[in-house]
Amino acid sequence: MEQRTKNRYAKAFRVAFPYTIPVLTGYLFIGTAFGVMFQEKGYNFLWAILMSVLVYAGSGQYLAVNFFVPGAGFWNIIFMTLMVNVRHMFYGLSLLERFGRMGKKRLYMIFSLTDETYSLLCTTKIPKGVPEDAFLFAIAFLDHLYWIAGSAIGAVAGAVLPLNAKGIDFAMTALFIVIFVEQWMAGGKRIPALIGLISTAALRVAFGMDRFVLPSMICILCCLVLGRAHIEKEAVLDAD
Amino acid sequence: MPISIGRSLCIIVVVSLATFATRVLPFLLFPKGKEIPPLIRYLGIALPPAVIGMLVIYCLKAVNLLAYPHAAPELFAAAVVIVLHVWKRNNLLSIGAGTVLYMVLIQTVFV
Repeated sequence: MEQRTKNRYAKAFRVAFPYTIPVLTGYLFIGTAFGVMFQEKGYNFLWAILMSVLVYAGSGQYLAVNFFVPGAGFWNIIFMTLMVNVRHMFYGLSLLERFGRMGKKRLYMIFSLTDETYSLLCTTKIPKGVPEDAFLFAIAFLDHLYWIAGSAIGAVAGAVLPLNAKGIDFAMTALFIVIFVEQWMAGGKRIPALIGLISTAALRVAFGMDRFVLPSMICILCCLVLGRAHIEKEAVLDAD
Repeated sequence: MPISIGRSLCIIVVVSLATFATRVLPFLLFPKGKEIPPLIRYLGIALPPAVIGMLVIYCLKAVNLLAYPHAAPELFAAAVVIVLHVWKRNNLLSIGAGTVLYMVLIQTVFV
């Protein structure tokens, strides 16, 4: 029984790994950038690892580096963190039932729900012959490991890292573009895809880069609710 | 370290809990076993494509259309990712080539 469980997970990790390679590339480098920033504040790799294990959020951790100064108030820290991560409140809605079937792993899956993991979980078809729960867990856990490894590397290598890695974080942008194109070509979800893209772009221009996320989320919700009839019709038409 | 070890640990725990709070909220509103309302079920299906669109823009949020280089490296690299992907449907190729191109553009062309 023990052996069978082990094999089940070994297989799930093997099968899941190729799907996570784009995140591996992106996380190693944006994780590294975090490690460098944290190290410059005077926190060594053990601190970077601790933070990446316990927090596990890209922009959240970049922001958090600024909290480690005398006089930062805790309410302020809580509020800023909630605001920078506010988009995560959407993610669980698409995974309520799938995570509900994952037993003890459910809490870890919720904890590790980053932008990248969410995107992979929602858009990857479970390959045949792999149990769903082990596969989803493997994706989430591998992504988390990449993030921890990246931040540790950054904190250790710190200043000696070559500067010409500038721009490597475009890997994350490219990953989301690829997922967007995949969904577009599959059809059935083009109206919501356009709603997300256009309303966020418009509100980024209107509100500026620091405060467009919450308005965008509200706008997306309203559009999805108002356009429900059309969106459901599109999904059904393309499914035929 | 600019502040004490104890305070540093507290900050990490607080940031961790606040981050987790945003992720766990839907699961608290709609706990296991409770019937999920049809509207929420619908949003669960319609949100991922919209969120992916949002994340594309979120990743590009720092570009400034009004100042040099007018988002040219981002738009050009994004276009290459799209064309390559429609053509070859190979995730790693599209992401790898787009990223390398972007790095070359911002490091050597649009400096």
